[in-house]
Amino acid sequence: MAGNTVTRAQLGEAVYQEVGLSRNESGELVEAVLLEISDALIRGETVKISSFGSFSVRQKGQRVGRNPKTGEEVPILPRKVLVFRASHVLKSRVDSASPKAAEDDSGEGMPGTVAEPTASPFFPGPGRGGDGGHF
Amino acid sequence: MTKSELILHLVEKNPHLYHRDVERIVTAIFDEITAALSRGDRVELRGFGAFSVKQRDARIGRNPRTGEAVSVAAKRVPFFKTGKLLRERLNGR
Repeated sequence: MAGNTVTRAQLGEAVYQEVGLSRNESGELVEAVLLEISDALIRGETVKISSFGSFSVRQKGQRVGRNPKTGEEVPILPRKVLVFRASHVLKSRVDSASPKAAEDDSGEGMPGTVAEPTASPFFPGPGRGGDGGHF
Repeated sequence: MTKSELILHLVEKNPHLYHRDVERIVTAIFDEITAALSRGDRVELRGFGAFSVKQRDARIGRNPRTGEAVSVAAKRVPFFKTGKLLRERLNGR
C-alpha cells in the first residue's frame, strides 16, 4: 500500500495553492485551524466538520489496569479521551479507492485497466455505510 | 463547533482575510487530508494527532434486529489517533 506520510508542510502547500497568501502565512493558517479545533475540544465542545467527520471528547471513568511488564495492578485514573468519527463521505472516499486499483495505476499499467477515481458506485455494499448502525 | 463556526473564529482573528478565502482555506485543508487518506497515505500532525487508514477483513456479521448472518466485505476505514500534546492538554496538563 502507498506508505506516504502527509504533514503540515503539504497542508500548507495546499492552502498556498488555493489562495494568494505567502507560504509562510499559509503554514500559519494550517496551525491556526488546528489550534481552533484543539481549543474547542479542550473547552469540552464537539467539533463537527461537515463531509469530513466529528471530534468529540469522552470522559472515561477510573479502572484497574495492569503493568504488562511486571503484572502489577495499577489504577488508571479517570481521564478524557478524544474520539474521531469519520463522516460517511470520508468513509466512502477511503473505501472506494481500492488499494489494488492504486497499485495498478502506478505499476505496469495493465492494458484495458483504467483506474477510475470514482471506481465504486458499483459497490455501495448493502448494509454498509448507509445505516450508521454499527454498535 | 461546526465548520462554519470554525471559519468565523478564524475570520475574527484574521481581519485582513476575506470570509470567502478563509472558507476556501479550511476546505482545502480537509480536502487535502481526505485525498491523502483515499490514496492510503497517512496524515501526521504532530501535537494534534494522526489520521491513517486501517484495513478491515471480510467477516460474517449479524443483523442485530433479525439475527440473520450477513457477509461483510473487506473494507478500509479512516482512523484517528490523538497526539500526545493534545491528549495531555485535554486532561489539563
